[in-house]
Amino acid sequence: MESMLHITTLHYLVLGAALFLLGVIGVLTRRNVVIVLMSIELILNAVNLNLVAFSHYWQAAPAKLGGGPGSMHGQIFSIFVITDAAAEAAVGLGILIAFFRNKETINIDEVNLLKW
Amino acid sequence: MHEFLQYIESYLTSDKTPGAAGNWVWELIYILLVFVGLSVSVICMNWLERKILAHMQVRLGPMRVGPHGLLQPIADALKLLLKEDIIPAEADALIFWIAPFAVVLAAFTVFVVVPFGPTHAITDMNIGILFMLGVSSLSVLGIVMAGWASNSHYPLIGALRSSAQMVSYEIAMGLAVVSAVLMTSLNESGTGTLSMIGIVQAQLAQGEWFIFKFFPLGLIAFFIFAIAMVAETNRAPFDLAEAESELTAGFHTEYSGFRWSLFFLAEYSAMIAVSSIAVTLWLGGWLRPFPNWLSGTTWDRMFSLFPGVTFLFLAAMCFYNTVRMPKHPLFRIQTIGLAGFGVVLGLIGLILFIPAVSFRVQDVFWFSAKVAAFMYLYIWYRGTFPRYRFDQLMQIGWKVLLPIGLGVLILTASVALLQPMIWHP
Amino acid sequence: MLIGGILVITRRNPVHSALALIITLLAQAAIYLMLYAPFVAGVQIILYAGGIMVLFLFVIMLVNVDRAMKERQFNAQWMVGIVAATALGGLFMTVYTKGSSLFPERAMPLTLEGDNTQKIATMLYGQYMFSFEIASLLLLVAIIGAVVMAKKRI
Repeated sequence: MESMLHITTLHYLVLGAALFLLGVIGVLTRRNVVIVLMSIELILNAVNLNLVAFSHYWQAAPAKLGGGPGSMHGQIFSIFVITDAAAEAAVGLGILIAFFRNKETINIDEVNLLKW
Repeated sequence: MHEFLQYIESYLTSDKTPGAAGNWVWELIYILLVFVGLSVSVICMNWLERKILAHMQVRLGPMRVGPHGLLQPIADALKLLLKEDIIPAEADALIFWIAPFAVVLAAFTVFVVVPFGPTHAITDMNIGILFMLGVSSLSVLGIVMAGWASNSHYPLIGALRSSAQMVSYEIAMGLAVVSAVLMTSLNESGTGTLSMIGIVQAQLAQGEWFIFKFFPLGLIAFFIFAIAMVAETNRAPFDLAEAESELTAGFHTEYSGFRWSLFFLAEYSAMIAVSSIAVTLWLGGWLRPFPNWLSGTTWDRMFSLFPGVTFLFLAAMCFYNTVRMPKHPLFRIQTIGLAGFGVVLGLIGLILFIPAVSFRVQDVFWFSAKVAAFMYLYIWYRGTFPRYRFDQLMQIGWKVLLPIGLGVLILTASVALLQPMIWHP
Repeated sequence: MLIGGILVITRRNPVHSALALIITLLAQAAIYLMLYAPFVAGVQIILYAGGIMVLFLFVIMLVNVDRAMKERQFNAQWMVGIVAATALGGLFMTVYTKGSSLFPERAMPLTLEGDNTQKIATMLYGQYMFSFEIASLLLLVAIIGAVVMAKKRI
């Protein structure tokens, strides 16, 4: 077990970056609006992961610099991000429903009213 | 052999839950015990529901299958297992297959933190109540998937209604839970806790069950939770989404055989789970009645006789009914069966009189007794109240329970802050 | 979690994508537990997996997805999207390899688990009180916005 890989903060950051990339690919390549919105949720989750990983990293830092075992800034901010994601998902889906009522399609390729 | 007994002894007398002690063997045994206990409870609930509903409606209920219908649930389970497994033609097979498992998983995972005693939980997370609320909100997803995958109107409408109802009443539940957790912070140490075992210990330390604290605030919070939990589990009188006369059984219309029994299992397990939350938060968990007022070893010993006495009482009722059985040769097997059941119950009662056993089992007994009282309440509601219409249901959830919950929360917080100033001016 | 993410962006059926997203969110909650953040994990399960995903599933059911499932799934500009994502990934990799010396290997600090919720509460209602109130205003605005957007006649 001596060669067990230590899981440093970098591993969490790379995982967050991978999720972020998956979300970005989803947003840029899919035609279905619902899946685009879900990819946005993936992106927000990746950001949250970064925040919480860094909050954990700072807990070992000296208190003078803002660290110490009581520093929960990252976790609190990630709670705000989750709240924000909920609000944005609600409004986004509301827009989707309003749009679907007008045009009967959920492909964003057909949302090109400027080209009439 | 001696070390084995010592090993067992050391974990029988530990003062931490298996999760906290890190002992995974004991944890596995607890998980198995909880699993088996839940299954047995669901089977008993099936029989009890049919018999109690029947007696409330002045009829007898199942009497044929075993003596007084005691083997009816087993017959039901056999029938469900042997039924043909139908999958609708255009249904989405993957989701159709996953949906019952999702609901059952959510309903069973909740029991990881349920405290049957001070060391009798599988593990004691320090966010116990948050975990329970969260995982029980995952069962909504399973219901939505079940309705969608059936690919027909009635399950879809039933699933949407059912999940809208569950999500609405989760908010009222959360508010009631928060006002109860607030009361845990009134200890001498001044810190509250979200862990289930910590909440019961706070009730022990403060000397009163939270239902009676800050009268009537604890009571109102308890009533809000009691109503919200009935709506959360889609039971009467809030069972529009799955009632037989309204929507042809709602979201589990297209499920037959074993899959339906999974939904059934999940529903009753969810009932037991939310009752456990209510019992832990307001009714003092595993504490016997009056733990502080009537304390002392004589009172302890008297209350520790209760488990054994209960089982002996049940055995006595079995024997009484054995004597009253019709004296016809066709009933001979049933009479012998009932007498045998009475003997088994009596033996369990006698075993529970042994102090060593009674000491360990006592907490579990009081907890189970309180949860059983809640189960009786559930069945009573089903037999008594008419069904709510869906818009009335949503109106109650949002316009009645939510404001009252908020009001109770604010009042509890204010009284908790002002309490030192009122009593020690 | 990565498998969940890949399934989200590649499935044809949006209900399958939603399921994969639920799995991703639950895995995320487990990673929060590994990072000694149990409160955030609980909040993630309650809000994200139990709330937002139910919202998504509702809307997927309201919107008619059958026609969309039979059409082409990927954009006309999918190659540009993948190139952009690869460039972004390259940027991430450069930053992380250049800065990897900042994250030394050490054992994860053993934080006292009983305090996490309490510390979060202390800071949330102390230092971050203003943000808390603004977040509640934001939620109110979002509720009103969603109701107005989804109404048939304003």
